[in-house]
Amino acid sequence: MPQIEISGLYKTFKVARRSAGLKQAAKSLFCRKYDKVEALKDVSFTVDTGEIVGYIGPNGAGKSTTIKTMSGILVPDRGQCVIMGRIPWKERIDHVRSIGVVFGQRTQLWWDVPVIDSYELLRDIYRIPNRDYSNNLDLLISTLELQNIINTPVRQLSLGQRMRCELAASLLHNPKILFLDEPTIGLDAESKIAIRQFIKTINREKNVTVILTTHDMSDIEALANRILLIGRGRILYDGNLDDLRSRFSNQKTININFRGNGFPIDNTIVGIPGVNIVSCSQEKLILRVDGNGSALADVISRLSNIVDIVDVSIESQPIDELILKLYREYAV
Amino acid sequence: MKAYLSVFRLRFINGLQYRAAAFAGIATQFFWGIMHIMIYEAFYENATGTLPISLKQVIAYIWLQQAFLVFIALWIRDNEIINLITSGNIAYEFCRPCSIYGFWFAKLTAQRLSGAMLRCFPILVVAFLFPEPYKMTLPDSATAFLLFIVSLFLGLMVLVSISMLVYISMFITMLPTGSMVIATTIGDFFSGMIIPIPFMPQWLQKIAYFLPFRLAADMPFRVYTGHIPPNQALEGIFTQLIWLGVLVLSGRIAMKKVQKRVVVQGG
Repeated sequence: MPQIEISGLYKTFKVARRSAGLKQAAKSLFCRKYDKVEALKDVSFTVDTGEIVGYIGPNGAGKSTTIKTMSGILVPDRGQCVIMGRIPWKERIDHVRSIGVVFGQRTQLWWDVPVIDSYELLRDIYRIPNRDYSNNLDLLISTLELQNIINTPVRQLSLGQRMRCELAASLLHNPKILFLDEPTIGLDAESKIAIRQFIKTINREKNVTVILTTHDMSDIEALANRILLIGRGRILYDGNLDDLRSRFSNQKTININFRGNGFPIDNTIVGIPGVNIVSCSQEKLILRVDGNGSALADVISRLSNIVDIVDVSIESQPIDELILKLYREYAV
Repeated sequence: MKAYLSVFRLRFINGLQYRAAAFAGIATQFFWGIMHIMIYEAFYENATGTLPISLKQVIAYIWLQQAFLVFIALWIRDNEIINLITSGNIAYEFCRPCSIYGFWFAKLTAQRLSGAMLRCFPILVVAFLFPEPYKMTLPDSATAFLLFIVSLFLGLMVLVSISMLVYISMFITMLPTGSMVIATTIGDFFSGMIIPIPFMPQWLQKIAYFLPFRLAADMPFRVYTGHIPPNQALEGIFTQLIWLGVLVLSGRIAMKKVQKRVVVQGG
């Protein structure tokens, strides 16, 4: 049985609307107009123990709504959601004991006191046995490199430091599932990499299921073996990243540096199917190649007959572009 | 239970950090205390007929009011909880394996206790050293003192459970001011913060005695001064317990209701 089972989830929000202007504002004092926003429309998926799932979609697609439903904060209008045999919003207290949540845009640490005080409070709230607590804390401190910041009041931490502390706070009670809602938002490269490394580590060592939402596709690339794409409240794609890649494009960009001899090279490679020249100079050629490796090999062999190739680099299409394509295809 | 104690402790420690605020508060409260006493002194000098409470009792009443202001004033609000609600950090509160009502009750109680701890001792000590007629008097008797302590703490709980209802209403209004202002205006008047209840006209006294607000301030203070004798004080403590039960129960039900309609927006 899968660890998380969601089927036919619906959630609608009511949003008050009015046009700009004083007149409209006065009017809305007496008669309010509401719009219905369908945040989730028939969302279904399952997740097995130990998976890392990247949950992506444009802003307002319903990612956070799903996470909040799964963590027992929101009650959906319709649909089933069973996590480890429990319905989150019905058995909230038992449910939250076995999950950890990080909301990247919010904080769970006490602002004015050192981080460790917040941790001790969490220990008491979750009733973590002292032994487990100190083991977990030691592990988290060493893997997230918290030793120097744990005694600092939260208000004096940088965003990256704080986010590492938030992550640790969500894992003190040994949760089986970790929900991460934009954990890398606003972080620098170093902190991002540290956090990704850490997520991988706990997934591997403790077999924690991780569901993360993000707009940073390199997070997904580094972490997720499976992605779920949501747009306008519907699940649009559920599968792994490589399949997505092969489905949408095999386009690669090739940079070739060479020592030219003045011989016009354009002609040599024109006519190979699936090869387009992006730019060409005396020393450098940039090509876009569709399809599989054969065209590429052809290009290189033809070129090497006439020039000295110094350097070749091949880039896959950036995943951001891929996702953009996907969004366009589904018109989200 | 340990979780609630623990959050109480952390909030208490947190509250003790705000020393500057406490000093400023103490200064203000001396000013208010002395000003009030001057007004009542003039009032008593020129009064004709019998007054419902002696000047000495009024003065003790005023000093207790100033010393325990943080305990008894409904208008003191916990910005942390307001921020939780308006900023959406409340999402985390929902992910904890404990009841939010209990959690917040502990936080609010700790906030008021820590605030009062910092203020009450300096104010009372100095008030005892003041010259007549500003001098604070000792409690009427040892029994009165004991009953005062008990009713003061129960009063605090009653007050916190009233303020819980105000915070819960913020889930619906999303504004920290609206329900707060209504509740505090009514509450402060009927708790005897503006004029002691014995000075109110009969019909107004009836309303004040019917409402729970006076149980936090007026009642314990009059127990201290002996204006409410011990047997009536016991009755009052019983009333406090009943109100506490009613308020906590209705708060818990209301919290359950609003929890279902909570929408944490954005992000």
